[in-house]
Amino acid sequence: MTSPARAVEPLPYEPSDLGEKLGSDWDELLRRGFRWMLLGRALDSRMQMLQRQGRVGFYGAATGNEAVNVAGGLASRPEDWVIPGLREQLVALVRGHPLPTYVHHLFADSADPALGRNMPCHPTAREVNYVSMSSVVGTQISHATGVAYGQKLRRDGGATLAFFGDGATSSNDFHAGLNFAGVFDLPVVFCCANNQWAISHPVAKQSAVPSLVSKSSAYGVSGRQVDGTDFVETYQALSSALDRARRGDGPSLLEFVVFRMTPHSSSDDPGRYQPADWPMRATRRDPVERLSAWLLGQGLISEQDRTSWEATADAEVRSAIQVAEATPAPTPESLTEDVYASRSYPRSRPKE
Amino acid sequence: MSEMNIVQAINRTLRDAMKEDPDVLVLGEDVGVNGGVFRATDGLIREFGAERVIDTPLSETGIIGTAIGMSLYGLKPIAEIQFLDFIYPAFDQIVSELAKFRYRSGGQYPAHVVIRAPYGGGIKGGIYHSQSTEAYFCHTAGIKVVIPSTPSDARGLLFSAIADEDPVLFLEPKRIYRSLTGEVSDSQEKVPFGHARVVREGSDVSVFAYGAMVPVAQEAADALGRDGVSTEVIDLRTLVPLDEAAVLASVEKTGRAIIVHEAARFCGFGAELSAILAEKALYSLKAPVLRVTGYDTPFPYALENVYLPNPERVVRAVRQSLQAG
Repeated sequence: MTSPARAVEPLPYEPSDLGEKLGSDWDELLRRGFRWMLLGRALDSRMQMLQRQGRVGFYGAATGNEAVNVAGGLASRPEDWVIPGLREQLVALVRGHPLPTYVHHLFADSADPALGRNMPCHPTAREVNYVSMSSVVGTQISHATGVAYGQKLRRDGGATLAFFGDGATSSNDFHAGLNFAGVFDLPVVFCCANNQWAISHPVAKQSAVPSLVSKSSAYGVSGRQVDGTDFVETYQALSSALDRARRGDGPSLLEFVVFRMTPHSSSDDPGRYQPADWPMRATRRDPVERLSAWLLGQGLISEQDRTSWEATADAEVRSAIQVAEATPAPTPESLTEDVYASRSYPRSRPKE
Repeated sequence: MSEMNIVQAINRTLRDAMKEDPDVLVLGEDVGVNGGVFRATDGLIREFGAERVIDTPLSETGIIGTAIGMSLYGLKPIAEIQFLDFIYPAFDQIVSELAKFRYRSGGQYPAHVVIRAPYGGGIKGGIYHSQSTEAYFCHTAGIKVVIPSTPSDARGLLFSAIADEDPVLFLEPKRIYRSLTGEVSDSQEKVPFGHARVVREGSDVSVFAYGAMVPVAQEAADALGRDGVSTEVIDLRTLVPLDEAAVLASVEKTGRAIIVHEAARFCGFGAELSAILAEKALYSLKAPVLRVTGYDTPFPYALENVYLPNPERVVRAVRQSLQAG
């Protein structure tokens, strides 16, 4: 039995259902997924603390999105591409991006592959086909369309996962990207992580349609609304949309309904706009606790497993932080690298 | 060598590049079946198929965003924006995304897209088929801005653009698309970026121009020559990267500088050029740097010829410079 502090909406599955939904090694998949979710949570909690202490400049937690991110990482294959939106860093880690490298990025130090040029939570991980992101909302959606065009043209067997939030469905490139993908019938899965808030703006005021997924029909794109706090349903939806894309059956829009469990970012105060009962509603749909309660209830993991996995995750995070904090800042010379392919441009530099 | 105009040179170059490299593809509005509204992509779809000569839905942000994704994947997209005036829905994609991918990814994801766009006035295109807004793009680090003025340069610079590793905005002077023909090499020789062309040598005054203003500057130089004024005309060819050495060398020789562009004057490319001359060539200058430009108004329809710089205005500026000291 779960303790009252972890009272959540139970996952509605019998173990006998899961072989068909998730494959024969379903129990191993759920344990692996759960451990990754714990890592995501350890990272969020430790980094939010460091941000408040002034040790990292900024942090955007993905607390509440763990099922979507971990399922995205586990359901995709190495040859697939990931176009992140805002809170998908865990997808990169699950696909094999090393945690210490990601933490170097968060500290914007000289071992960050992008040399500290971005705000934290904007990593690039080419080795796992995880594309660089801007802070502009929505522009990445048509990049996904272009990558998927390449995959189709070269028949490389891969598919593209594109992530964005509920706010991005109002952006120009949501329209352009889905429209192009529909017209060219591309192997792309558009993943809308609808956490119901675009900073302070509730989803009901983002769009007059009751479910964002209904927009898919306007583009000839397959659509499905998914409980994004249910790891089983989320994994299954992603796998089947990716399979559909790989088979050449075209693009999908998946709307993952999740609950934002933290402020928008370390610079936000949700007390100004969220209703008083929001934290309680969000807690009931905590994806980590929902999966935890089910795994414990079925005896697939023990309380002891969980405690020890949490400790391991936190230790990994802390050890990466220790290394990053001892790593020097990027050199001033790196300011003018990578602007163009050749260093002969730009001409203006510091100490000119 | 063959005699051809600028549109034909571009068409021929696109065909040669696509033949050579299966990763090169063309996308844009009306570029396939219709061959482009200016026919720059005429015949390509028959030769290379609709998968590589892509008629897109009507969305500039979709065209450039998709081209960026293609480039990340490893293809070499050449996107056509039908008129430079229509590029602004893609401004976010160009400025926030395309120009910054290499930098923000630490070189992991350079995005190389060639954007071709006809620009400029002189075809009775009114406000929205005439503008020269190259300065918006020159201001953004991470992209290159190229403007040919002859059929031969159109070919050589386009080859360079396609081979370049950086994003390139390739602006085509539509006013002289067909009016100007010249000998164009059959070879695939590139014209390197950052090398201005001395159109004619002179010793009394330097006139800097690019694109459709180069023939205007030449005509002015011809008229001045009849009066014994020796005018040097420099075609900048690429605004980013700029051949600063050529600009400074010319002004050090003549001591007088006139900048001609059809874009509006305020914060136009001439302002940057003028600032460079003030910073680095002040002691060579015998007279103030003068600009002959479009006016700080929207581009007009009926009054197009009032707006656009012409040889007479260039001649007047040269005379003003000669009288100044």
